[in-house]
Amino acid sequence: MHIIVPLRQVPDLVEDLEIDASGKDLDREWLKYKMNEFDDHALEEALLLKEEVGGAVTAVALDGGEVDKLLFTAAAKGADRLVKVRGDFPTPLNSHAMARALAGAIQGLDYDLILTGVQAVDELDGQVGVLLAHYLGIPHVSVVTDVQVHDGKAVVHKEYAGGVMGEFDVILPAVLGIQAARQTPRYAPVSRVRMAMRKSTIEEVSAEASAEGAPDIRKLFKPEKGAGAQMLEGSPEAVAEKIIHILKEKGIVQ
Amino acid sequence: MSDVLVFAEHLQGNLTDSTFELLGKGRELAQTTGGHLIAALLGKGVEPLTEQMGVAHKVVMVEHQQLAAFNPEAYAIALKAVVQSLNPSIILIPYTSMGMDLASALSADLGIPLAAYVSEVKIEDGTLMTVSQMYGGKVNVESEFSGNPKIVSVLAGAFPAEAGKVEGTPVIETMEAPNALANLRVTFKQWIEPEGGDVDITQQDVLVSIGRGIQSQENIPMVEELARKLGGALSASRPIIDNKWLPKSRQVGKSGLKVKPRLYLALGISGAPEHIEGMKDAELIIAVNSDPNAPIFEYAHYGVVGDLFDLLPILKEKLGG
Repeated sequence: MHIIVPLRQVPDLVEDLEIDASGKDLDREWLKYKMNEFDDHALEEALLLKEEVGGAVTAVALDGGEVDKLLFTAAAKGADRLVKVRGDFPTPLNSHAMARALAGAIQGLDYDLILTGVQAVDELDGQVGVLLAHYLGIPHVSVVTDVQVHDGKAVVHKEYAGGVMGEFDVILPAVLGIQAARQTPRYAPVSRVRMAMRKSTIEEVSAEASAEGAPDIRKLFKPEKGAGAQMLEGSPEAVAEKIIHILKEKGIVQ
Repeated sequence: MSDVLVFAEHLQGNLTDSTFELLGKGRELAQTTGGHLIAALLGKGVEPLTEQMGVAHKVVMVEHQQLAAFNPEAYAIALKAVVQSLNPSIILIPYTSMGMDLASALSADLGIPLAAYVSEVKIEDGTLMTVSQMYGGKVNVESEFSGNPKIVSVLAGAFPAEAGKVEGTPVIETMEAPNALANLRVTFKQWIEPEGGDVDITQQDVLVSIGRGIQSQENIPMVEELARKLGGALSASRPIIDNKWLPKSRQVGKSGLKVKPRLYLALGISGAPEHIEGMKDAELIIAVNSDPNAPIFEYAHYGVVGDLFDLLPILKEKLGG
């Protein structure tokens, strides 16, 4: 079983996001990136499947930002092969362009299954996983929370609102958009990432990608402030008093 | 053409709220474009659902055994056939579990543009404009489209469902199911109902809800105690559930439950659109978050910027036994 996991970097939302001078993109100069959290779940599910049925996991990422660190982190967690996709990509990189570049790179690799994170916080123009499946001409299922693999097919659970799930058989190869791995994604300590940097190599492939398929961005703007919450200020002690006062006023506590 | 096509989402025999939200918005858009509002209804034995779709001018129905339950591959094939036959100007698809499989598939298959995470749709001087809630609701992106058709994938709860709830049966046109449905790589096997939780969070007056800010599983009992003192229960946002720190039955938001308690105390929840759709109708929302720019403060009635681990022990103490 050869599993490919495309990894993407997304802005770390813990940091303040600023809009650049053009007004059409984030100011990326000081932007801190992290692995898309759903991709972390996809990687975890891939590693679990490898442990169960054998095989190999290949992590693939597009060049840019801290891509090497991203790939070495995947190696530290257990990925067997690391592939960096280079090319003349549009900025900002949209989902259609990313999916085309990944399809170009993955076409040359051997694979039975591709696991992607179900979504990312910057997917203005749709899910990379679904687009990738179409560019590769293989089926896809999104919002997957359970995967079992046998006899050339995957048995997956797809989740809907309210927690009800559909069970599907999917003939491989296929792309699955992972919502959550069966267990919390494993953690790679810095020491293991460093070891991976010394011991693993990153292969490079090149691919092309047009951005077609996205709408034209007019502008970015922060949601309006002001209409929101009345802020409670002061020491924790004072804030706790205020909260209890509100709860009493509403008759929620006596 | 200037028609507006809505994908009529239904789950286990019922049209979803998203469908009515999109039908209501679709009708308004069709008035501006001067076209018709058409609903695409895919399924098997789904004709009775059309009685709730009086707001549409027409329902195009495709029936096939492979469409009886949602199937990402089968539904994409059937919806594509409907789009190709009608050539609408705007296609509205909910940004839900089903919609995620369909909108991107249609965009890639037909080579037409798509905007996701959409919370606002307008036509300005003949140009379609959308606003998408990106980066966990922290930054909005305004986009425009040229050419037809285009796909707009709309967040649940973005528009009022009431505008789409009109009784009366529109014109029904049955379309022949595409032959490709006979040869699928994805097969639906069965429904799996969620395990009944120990607590039904939709029935609670008070919910103390935790998000990523809770940091570790070890901190959960402390919050549970607070919930107990308030006579309520513990709920959570998606990352907590995905990490298996609490059972699925406690999840608020998209792919979880919609709740409407008298008090929703949000602790360390940033307020991504997927969470907001599940709790924004709570009577009283109090949010505690260390990030002053957390979107949750736009929806809360009262907000506290600070460390929840400083506040919690004091709050618990003051609430007494």
